[in-house]
Amino acid sequence: MGERLWVWVKRSIMEIILFVLCAILAFEAEGFFSVDNLLNVLRNVSMQGIIAFGMTMVIISGEIDLSVGSAVAFAGCLTAYLTQHLAGAGLAVELAVPVAMLAALLVGLSVGSLSGFIRVRFGVPTFIITLAWMTVLTGSAQLITGGFPLTPFPEWYNFLGGGYLLGVPFPALVFALVFLTTHFLMGYTTLGRSIYAVGGNAEAARLSGIEVGKIKIAVMAIVAFLAALAGIMQSAEIMSGAATTARGWELDVIAAVIIGGTSLMGGEGQIRGTLIGVVFLGILVNGMTLMNISEYWQLVVRGALILSAVLINRAHQ
Amino acid sequence: MSQSSFKLAVEDLGKDYPGTVALDEVSVGFAPGEVHALIGKNGAGKSTLVKILAGSVAPSRGHILCDGVPIALRSPQDAFAYGIAMVYQELSLVPGLTVAENILLGRTPKRRGLIDWAATYARAEDVLARLGVTIDVRARTGDLGVAQQQIVEIAKAMSFDPAVLILDEPTSALATHETEQLFRVVKGLAAAGVAIIYISHRLQELHSIADRVTVLRDGHHIGTVAMRETSIAEIVQMMFGQVAQQERPDDLQPGTIPVLEVQGLSRGDAFTDVNFELYEGEILGIAGMLGAGRTELLRALFGADACDRGQVLIQGQPVAVPTPPKMKAQGLAFTPENRKEEALIQAHSIRANMCLASMGRIARRGYITRVEEQAVVDSLVTQLEIKVADTEAPVSALSGGNQQKVVLGNWLGNRPRVILFDEPTRGVDVQAKQQIFAAMWDLSRQGIASLFVSTELEELVEVCHRILIMREGRIEGQVRPGEISADELALRCMGETHNG
Repeated sequence: MGERLWVWVKRSIMEIILFVLCAILAFEAEGFFSVDNLLNVLRNVSMQGIIAFGMTMVIISGEIDLSVGSAVAFAGCLTAYLTQHLAGAGLAVELAVPVAMLAALLVGLSVGSLSGFIRVRFGVPTFIITLAWMTVLTGSAQLITGGFPLTPFPEWYNFLGGGYLLGVPFPALVFALVFLTTHFLMGYTTLGRSIYAVGGNAEAARLSGIEVGKIKIAVMAIVAFLAALAGIMQSAEIMSGAATTARGWELDVIAAVIIGGTSLMGGEGQIRGTLIGVVFLGILVNGMTLMNISEYWQLVVRGALILSAVLINRAHQ
Repeated sequence: MSQSSFKLAVEDLGKDYPGTVALDEVSVGFAPGEVHALIGKNGAGKSTLVKILAGSVAPSRGHILCDGVPIALRSPQDAFAYGIAMVYQELSLVPGLTVAENILLGRTPKRRGLIDWAATYARAEDVLARLGVTIDVRARTGDLGVAQQQIVEIAKAMSFDPAVLILDEPTSALATHETEQLFRVVKGLAAAGVAIIYISHRLQELHSIADRVTVLRDGHHIGTVAMRETSIAEIVQMMFGQVAQQERPDDLQPGTIPVLEVQGLSRGDAFTDVNFELYEGEILGIAGMLGAGRTELLRALFGADACDRGQVLIQGQPVAVPTPPKMKAQGLAFTPENRKEEALIQAHSIRANMCLASMGRIARRGYITRVEEQAVVDSLVTQLEIKVADTEAPVSALSGGNQQKVVLGNWLGNRPRVILFDEPTRGVDVQAKQQIFAAMWDLSRQGIASLFVSTELEELVEVCHRILIMREGRIEGQVRPGEISADELALRCMGETHNG
């Protein structure tokens, strides 16, 4: 009995820590344990969280994507830029916005596919490829916006980033949908099994007749697509396309994935774990803000907790 | 030779591992100035013996004598102190450093805390000069050929002035002309009075290098003979002994329809103009020495490596540009030589590893559940008699034999027509070996053909319907197991004639 309890504790360690953190905050941080605040936390983590699920797939496959932050900014700017120009060319704004959004998603998908293709065809590590994309996309966002936020969006566009549906923030609904989809994909499809196999031992996967190249291109495309999706919602929340948004998101996203127990070596990890990691980071920031802890201290505490979480995960492997 | 003339000797040496006796009652001596070859099949005990001499494995019984005095070797440092140096099969050089730095790694002469380059080069040049070779000590080691790197490795060992030098398969990666260069160095060292212990799989080279040969079989010392007074045929006889021939069940009849046809297949230096047919239900062996191109051929057939020329036909249909997914779809299966690195995902569960190749078949339109996988896995576990308590345990927890069965099961789930087996019995215990053979025979009854590569020639004779002989990348002939014994087959693989 004792042993089974111990196994359960070890397997659910992050859930337990998250629960304890919530319990402490419920007493110590005034206003933490209210529906409004918790929905607020959910909204705040949604956009990074959407990307984190894609990043989990990328990291499990043994790759990385450092360009997601700049991809968010670029997608928002591109949507704004295209909306402005299509509307300027006489297209009704109700039509211009969806066309611009679709284009931003497709560009995101293409950028990711291209990263994957370069990885597979030329053997360049994705660390390098996406590092290059990071500066290219930031620069491109600055170029198309001319360095100033573009604000061509109609009032209703704000719903995508700041609206509520049945009392729940819209981004949180998208977050839930992406969670369920990626969870299903990784747990119940041959694509998911193949991603684990490729990250666990790419040569064994190849010699088992798994299309390793296609799998790698697919995961890179998926995470870039999700980053573009988050970018559109982000631009809707702030009602503008600004090249300076989402700076440094890649680190928060990777941190959430790692806290969730996914191995940076590839082959191991769970979408469910990333959900915990994302919520954990969100609640931590929210709780510290409610407790009026200075922003500088927040950074220090967050960094320390990321390291501790990884050490805890490592300790029971 | 009298006992005292040996620099290094062992008496009644034995080593037990759980469940097996790796070495038993081995007594042999190594004299200064002789090149003493150590010969035996895989698992004969050669590695165990030299590891004991190099101080990295402790013997269970017996004595080690240095200059006739019993010594204890508790660590590689102890062996070093007695002047015993070993050059391992895997090169341990740092490719980015110069030759001189590698030879004197960790011991580069220093002046005021900085490396004294003039002294470093001079000392390295001195070591190489004593070996009688000229290699630029300032060259980047990674830029040298494999033979020269091998010589740098020997120079590194010789810089300690050992009295005994152990070489573990030094020629396994070398071409013929490179081998000659290495032999000159080895003979020079012997002439200077060093006792050289030389492990080799290439029996052909013994005449040109060895003075004496010790043959081990199943951990026993079969004999030590002077090379002048023996023949390769006699050594092969000593290696294989009188094997009780297992019988292949006689109800196995290969069909008449070729499932796999290979026409004029060539790839670089690996193999040239390979032609053969594999029939329904046939078990076709490929015999050959290490480096004959057997593994390369199997990999090319499965599409794992590209070919230069020739084509592969499956059921009469040519396959354009084979790739593993394409060959899998055509009903080919491949169990690679290095199970751990190329066939299994060590950290993943047994279940996951058994569904790698077949997940596309188990799934319905890409949707797959553990329940569906478990059904397939359970039936395979029963069919192949895999000893496992929980299929969710990591595959790394299994023994070699059970891991091999997982690899085979992974492919059986995909219902192949042809299975390419590369060294399926390596690191596998006797019982699991027989079970793997039984599985092959069973597959044959179902009409599934096997292409079977093994270094253990008696296995081929035991299991196969027909055996192709491969030498230096070419198919040199074919034999039927009834017509030939394992040691005759070994001679044919080496290209020796019967009077050789």
